[in-house]
Amino acid sequence: MTVEQGVHIDEVLFPILEKVSDPEIPVLSILEMGVVRSATLKDDHVHVKITPTYSGCPAMDVIGDDIKKALDEQGYTSEVELILSPAWTTDWITAKGRKALEDYGIAAPLGAEADKGVLLHGKRLVKCPQCGSHNTRMVSQFGSTACKAQFQCDDCQEPFDYFKCLK
Amino acid sequence: MKNKDLYNYILGIADNTLILGQRLGELCGHGPSLETDIACTNISLDLLGQTRSYFQYAAKLKGEDATEDTIAFLRTERQYVNVLLVEQPNIDFAHTIGKQFLFDVYHYLLLEKLQHSKDVNLSAIAHKSIKEVSYHQRFSSDWVKRLGDGTDESKTRMQDAINDLWRYTDELFHTTASDEAMIAQGIGVDVKELKTSYYERVSAILDLAKLDIPESKWFQEGGKKGIHTEHMGYILSDMQYMQRTYPNMTW
Ligand SMILES: [Zn+2]
Repeated sequence: MTVEQGVHIDEVLFPILEKVSDPEIPVLSILEMGVVRSATLKDDHVHVKITPTYSGCPAMDVIGDDIKKALDEQGYTSEVELILSPAWTTDWITAKGRKALEDYGIAAPLGAEADKGVLLHGKRLVKCPQCGSHNTRMVSQFGSTACKAQFQCDDCQEPFDYFKCLK
Repeated sequence: MKNKDLYNYILGIADNTLILGQRLGELCGHGPSLETDIACTNISLDLLGQTRSYFQYAAKLKGEDATEDTIAFLRTERQYVNVLLVEQPNIDFAHTIGKQFLFDVYHYLLLEKLQHSKDVNLSAIAHKSIKEVSYHQRFSSDWVKRLGDGTDESKTRMQDAINDLWRYTDELFHTTASDEAMIAQGIGVDVKELKTSYYERVSAILDLAKLDIPESKWFQEGGKKGIHTEHMGYILSDMQYMQRTYPNMTW
């Protein structure tokens, strides 16, 4: 797995953190989500910096607790710090993360322009995670959580979540 | 407190997002349709999340035993400095959307400038929040257009809401002594300079919505000085009930 520039995660901690998942999207590791910005180790004490996806995301408190628990189980003490800058963007979701989203039934975010097209102008660009058709339309700009919109596929008729682009 | 002006300045921003977030939260389970219900509560969640970031910072400045919760829940009415606009009741969906729209346009302009604040914490919160607020603004503007350019009934209600709420818009551009001190240091945003673009943007959307732009030049003010409309007490009694009844309770 590769992470983008500016992220520093100690090699030893990688496999531990990779097992911690987003509580609202259990198939997605927090590393693939891009919310862990750094994890450093000093004398069995770990300092982790995470950044929220959305300001009010209720998953952040749970993620912090889950990180501490996972590290504790491996014999590390830890502190988790919430940082706001630089602000999270959907560009930080890794390729593996995007694949995991789609396998789970959530359409991965499009680029900023295409995203506007589907959310504002009724363009049919989002790929249905069930049947692969692009014949899909927005039902609601806001979905089950702040980060998603509700869509429906006009070929297989299945409703699904679309992960909105955040830049 | 050493940074009294900065502390006050932060509350001047965060009390708006707190009270509007609380107002929108009232719609949880009561929205006119499932989609709008979810949208309003998602926006509420964004606003309360932003409020937490501001209050966590304010609590650090205040020191002593202050936390984000004591600032949010344990002040008296006169100590809240939100603008009157955000405390206005939901009444009907047109009023809910009208209030949201009139605030969102302002909020976006404010955050655009706050991103360049010399205070790194405020700048970081603004960078984070503006992404969310661009969605809010889109949502409320769309609904103003849909209702304004909709049926006779929806048009009448949307126009009534804009007419009722218009009197609270001028206060968005007033400044307090603490605001002025922060502007002078390059930390605060001079909201007076946002006024022209604000009314231009609002008017452009109202035009598209085929609604009349109110001509009244009479404006109401007071919130920024802690003098609120009669609605504020009811909001606070709802919001503060648990912390007042069971002090220090946590989930
Ligand atoms: Zn399909």
